[in-house]
Amino acid sequence: MVSGADFVRRLHDAGFDFFTGVPCSLVSGVIATLEERGGYVAETREDAAVGLAAGAYLAGKQPVVIMQNSGLGVCLNALTSLSLIYELPCLLLITWRGYRGKDAPEHLIMGDILPSLLTTLKIPYRVLTEETLGDSVDWAASKLRQTSRPAALVLPPGVAR
Amino acid sequence: MNPALTLAEAVGIVVPLLDDEMVVHANGYISRESCQFADRPGNFYMIGSMGLASSIGLGVALGRPERRVVVFDGDGNVLMNMGSLALIGAQQPRNLVHVAFDNEAYGSTGNQPTISNRVALDAVARASGYVTVRRAETAAQLDTAAREVLARDTATEPSFLLVKIVPDRETPSVGRIPHTPPEIARRFMAAFSSPSPQPSPTRGEGADIDEQAVPCPAPELGW
Repeated sequence: MVSGADFVRRLHDAGFDFFTGVPCSLVSGVIATLEERGGYVAETREDAAVGLAAGAYLAGKQPVVIMQNSGLGVCLNALTSLSLIYELPCLLLITWRGYRGKDAPEHLIMGDILPSLLTTLKIPYRVLTEETLGDSVDWAASKLRQTSRPAALVLPPGVAR
Repeated sequence: MNPALTLAEAVGIVVPLLDDEMVVHANGYISRESCQFADRPGNFYMIGSMGLASSIGLGVALGRPERRVVVFDGDGNVLMNMGSLALIGAQQPRNLVHVAFDNEAYGSTGNQPTISNRVALDAVARASGYVTVRRAETAAQLDTAAREVLARDTATEPSFLLVKIVPDRETPSVGRIPHTPPEIARRFMAAFSSPSPQPSPTRGEGADIDEQAVPCPAPELGW
C-alpha cells in the first residue's frame, strides 16, 4: 500500500498546492499527512469543498478535493453549475466505497454507479492502483491543464493508507 | 425598525466604497444588481451553485491572503450553506468581508419566504467566530457599517455585515450577467494583477466602467 506521505509527495510533485475535502477512512493516512504539513482545509460538505477549490483556483492555486464517493452525490450541482461551466479545474480524489459490492448497505448503490456517474458528468477519471499511482497523478495534472475542468482519481480499498 | 432599503439602494451604498477588493457575488439579483451598478473586472458573478458564494470567497481569500475579498451574499444562500460560516469562523481569514443582503425571501423565484425572519444570521456569524459583526437596516446605518468593515487600517476580519432589505415588489428591471462563465473567471483572475478601477455608478449616467461590458439583456422570470 502507498503511504500517506508518499501519496502527498506525488501530488505535491505534480504541482498540487491546495488541499480540502471531507475525510474517508480509505485516505486517513493522506489526510493525516496533510494535516501534519498544515494548510489542509477540513470542509463541512463536499459541495462547499468544490466551491472552496474553485476560489483557490481563481486565486492561482492548483486544488485537490478529497471525498468519499458518497460526497460525489453531494457535489453534483457544484460541479455542473460551477466547476464545469466556468472551467475551474480541480483534482477530485474520490474513494471508492461499495467497491465490487462489498461494503455496508449505504455504499452499495453509489459504489455500483460511480464510474458511470463520472462518465455521465463527462469528468475524466482513472482508477488508482499501487503500481500506477504516480502515472495517474501526472495524467490528472496534465488533464486539468489541457481541459481546464475537473478530473478524478478513484481510490479503491487497499491501495493507500 | 422596518428596513426601508431595496437591494439596488444597498448595492449603491456599498459598491462606491470598494477599492481593489475582489468581490464574489451570490447568484440571482445580487449578481445582477451589482453588475448593472458597476461591472468591475474584480467581480465574480456566480450564476448557479447556489449557496457557494462564501465558499468561493473563502477559497480566494486563503489563496491570496494579501488581497481583500468581499462576498456579496443573500439570506437564501447563507441558509443553504451555514457550514461555510462555521469554516470561515474556524479559518479566521484576515482578508474576508462577508456582506449578506437579507430580504427574507428567495428573490429570483418569486419572493417565496426564507426563514431569516426567524433566524438572526448576524447572530449565527457571531457564534461561528467572525471577529466583527454588524447589522444595518437603514441607509445611514449601512453607510456607517460598510465604511467600518471596509476601512483599510482599522477593520478586523473576518467580518460579517448583515444588511436587512425589503424584497422587490415588482420584478426588477435588471438584465442577466452579460459575460459567459469562462469570461467571468478569466477576467477575475486577470484582475489580481491589474487592480479594478474605482467604481462609479453606471445607472442613469452612462459612464463607461468596463469597455468589455455590453448592455444587459432584457430580464427574464426565474433563473
